[in-house]
Amino acid sequence: MSVDKQTVAKIASLARIKMSDEELERMAPELNNILEWVEQLGEVDTSNVAPMTAVIPNVLRLRDDVVDADPLTGGGKRDDILANAPAAEHGFFGVPKVIE
Amino acid sequence: MTDFTSLGVKDIRDGVAKGDFTAREVATAFNAAVAQAASLNAFILTTPDHALAAADATDAARSKGETLGKMAGVPIGMKDLFATRGVQTTAASHILEGFVPEYESTVSSNLWAAGAGMLGKLNLDQFAMGSSNETSYFGNVSSPWQKEGSNAPMSPGGSSGGSSTAVAARIAPAATGTDTGGSIRQPAAFTGICGIKPTYGRCSRWGVVAFASSLDQAGPMARSVEDCAIMLEAMAGFDPKDATSLQMDVPNWEAALSGDLSGKKVGIPKEYLMEGTDQAILDSWDQGKAWLKDAGAEIVDISLPHTKYALPAYYIIAPAEASSNLARYDGVRYGLRDLPDGAGLQDMYAQTRAAGFGDEVKRRILIGTYVLSAGFYDAYYNQAQKIRTLVSQDFEKAWAQCDVILAPTTPTASFPLGSLDADPLTMYLNDVFAVPASLAGLPAMSVPASLTKDGLPLGLQLVGKPFDEQGVLNAGLAIQQRAGFTAKPEQWW
Repeated sequence: MSVDKQTVAKIASLARIKMSDEELERMAPELNNILEWVEQLGEVDTSNVAPMTAVIPNVLRLRDDVVDADPLTGGGKRDDILANAPAAEHGFFGVPKVIE
Repeated sequence: MTDFTSLGVKDIRDGVAKGDFTAREVATAFNAAVAQAASLNAFILTTPDHALAAADATDAARSKGETLGKMAGVPIGMKDLFATRGVQTTAASHILEGFVPEYESTVSSNLWAAGAGMLGKLNLDQFAMGSSNETSYFGNVSSPWQKEGSNAPMSPGGSSGGSSTAVAARIAPAATGTDTGGSIRQPAAFTGICGIKPTYGRCSRWGVVAFASSLDQAGPMARSVEDCAIMLEAMAGFDPKDATSLQMDVPNWEAALSGDLSGKKVGIPKEYLMEGTDQAILDSWDQGKAWLKDAGAEIVDISLPHTKYALPAYYIIAPAEASSNLARYDGVRYGLRDLPDGAGLQDMYAQTRAAGFGDEVKRRILIGTYVLSAGFYDAYYNQAQKIRTLVSQDFEKAWAQCDVILAPTTPTASFPLGSLDADPLTMYLNDVFAVPASLAGLPAMSVPASLTKDGLPLGLQLVGKPFDEQGVLNAGLAIQQRAGFTAKPEQWW
């Protein structure tokens, strides 16, 4: 499978990265080289292999179902969270208008 | 007078504890060395006041007779992938330029609690994506090493290239690194220092800028195996804030260090004998076998049949995770916002990300987006995850035959900056020996072995069973004791 300029434009749009025509021209053969190389994985018969889900066996922990059960991972951090926002107003993130 | 900058972690910690010198003297000497080495571009930001404040706290604690931490009095470099409260954290990207975290990563927090101080934030490949430290928005890092008879700037490896340069140049006794597919081990090998990536989950990922979450692990980089053991003890530990953190006690690795490998079996994977590997690398590998044999180990041949598929599988899995992780850089929550006049929300996203990410980061986001997209998910991503299972099973079978694996760290020594940037694939091949252990989540270390005839360092890699950092460190120590690697770069900066 190889990607053409139109496909790269589609992927870039899915990834929300604006790209000029010139960048798309340059990126297409680079991506093709990489994709061609990874296609060798198709040689391996994996019909009876389960995909990896956890590299080291581990258990998923549950915390107590109460507000702020763990102060380290709890809430009450609004101002910290907004401190680096390019535009924060009235305790919210500010974004350009999204309704017509 | 002691030349403090020649001292490592253990020497500094012990000297401060005994009262041979003060932590402030040490921090002052390293701050000066950092300031003098600006031409290496190892640091994105220096924080001499942080180093001094930590040193003063150690000196005060000592004078009061308090128990000192594992890293008391040791100033270190912090890879700029770790969030540090009140200190700019960029991941060497434009999109995070000016980002000042309101929180401290668990690993850095553990280090400060152990008495370490921070000399500054170290340069790296942008978002840890690269093997040469040429993708940083803040410029290339130069290795302190140069080929004999040449002054062409050489790559310090990547992504932890600022870390490797700082430690090799003696402007920091140790530094943090992170390893997703070789980013601690390859730069350590290129610069003649040690670096260990522990078992996945040993070090908390909380507050580390995410690249590929199922692979990312932090670890120490220093000039001796002992120093790595000490610093890893300080960095590791269970953290409820990281869902994949290992709920296990941190062993006392330093106390249990032993270079006696009697009764141990060292596996030599035949698939690592690859075409295109430098003869010097093969010779160094043979030398490594002889050293470990001399330390009492038995050398056994093993097979890791899916080795050749590990790297291509990595270049599906890591970009896939990266494309998802880096979706958070949207110009809304933190970092750069590029909002053209009259633009809407979608335009703002696309414009911000176009302006904020470098080429290699964009390339990997696009690959990741593609392999996860409808219609391709099974052929690429799912197949890669199945290969990952096979790579991991190869290692499990090998552990029936051996206790630790010896391999080269890299297929070549360092190369001149700019010499590999024409083709991304050639650059990826740097990590061919490092990636299998990453995919399997195993502890792995690089230790310096020898110099090439051009005078460039070569490293040997040790890979261990899950949770057996001790076995890796001990085999590393056995090599260190026999390699007698004392070469250091001649100061030109």
